[in-house]
Amino acid sequence: MNTPNQTLQSRDSEDPEVVIVDVRDPDDTLPRPPGDVLPGVRTVDLNLRILDENDRRAERNRRRLAQLGIRALNFVSSPGAGKTTLLQKTLALLPPDLRAAVLVGDLETANDARRLRRPGVPVAQITTGGACHLDASMVSRAMDAVPLAGVRLLFIENVGNLVCPASFDLGENRRVTLVSCTEGEDKPLKYPPMFSSAHAVLLTKIDVAEAMEFDRGLALENIRRAAPQAEVFEVSAKTGEGMDAWLAYLQGAS
Amino acid sequence: MHEAGIAEAALEQAAEQARRAGATRIHRIVLRVGTLSGIEAGALDFALQLLLPGGPAEGAEIEIESVPAVARCSSCSSDYTPENGLLFECPRCGALGAALLRGRELELARLELS
Repeated sequence: MNTPNQTLQSRDSEDPEVVIVDVRDPDDTLPRPPGDVLPGVRTVDLNLRILDENDRRAERNRRRLAQLGIRALNFVSSPGAGKTTLLQKTLALLPPDLRAAVLVGDLETANDARRLRRPGVPVAQITTGGACHLDASMVSRAMDAVPLAGVRLLFIENVGNLVCPASFDLGENRRVTLVSCTEGEDKPLKYPPMFSSAHAVLLTKIDVAEAMEFDRGLALENIRRAAPQAEVFEVSAKTGEGMDAWLAYLQGAS
Repeated sequence: MHEAGIAEAALEQAAEQARRAGATRIHRIVLRVGTLSGIEAGALDFALQLLLPGGPAEGAEIEIESVPAVARCSSCSSDYTPENGLLFECPRCGALGAALLRGRELELARLELS
């Protein structure tokens, strides 16, 4: 591992005033000293996934959802990108035959669950008490807590965090990553795992793009580069712009 | 950010595998971490070092192998390492679409036990 004196420092090629301190490991594989194998020590090759337990639970969730005829979507973004507002608007616009339920994760408070409450829409708040992401077992417990009969879409609003939720499969069918026009155009390039694993990317708050001097073209180009596999939507939950295409996607996903 | 939880899961898994193999000591733990796993190797190592004492892996060496992302171009099917590990732009044909073959690994690769 790096010690401070091994830390790589360089100057940014475009702006030499900017010092770049690279704390990533240049080579994570340390060469092993020769002849240090103790007698009686044996090597066991395992190749096991560390999040095996979470993956198994996620698979159980997926099977359970399939049996219930429910498609689940996992919404991820940084805090404040507009997940809850998008879901509020989405719930208001969904056709009546496409019943939804919502599970929403936060470190504390049930504020989001309160915001999302609507007649006929079961909502559960998952209070993680400090955990920076939802995992499959939290989702399974929350699914136990809401009536799912007749539900066709399960919206899972993850904890606002553009890093950690990427590692945790919840058993969802689609992962939806949001990035808002009040964030930088280069967000997708800064947080690649969350974009490379997305089925859909939503560029939100496009109503304020101009006022924020946000370059939509550049943002879309960056999304395409970091998430070429994803379907991309530009939406404003406030004005309703772009919501038709998003709703059509949901109907296709159900 | 959640490297401590990952470290804990890795050590539990290592201890379980050691038990199954009838071993009482773990001398070396080799982990495999993809560049797109969202896990930072330095933070993971730090968390592991804090958790080792008192368990079967006390004093064990930690080795973390980094796995670079490999993408397969959806247009011309050639495999390549995305630039900076994240830009899925085929260096051969310039197409943007690709399937990720490697880079999300988060694995317990092997143990040295006695």
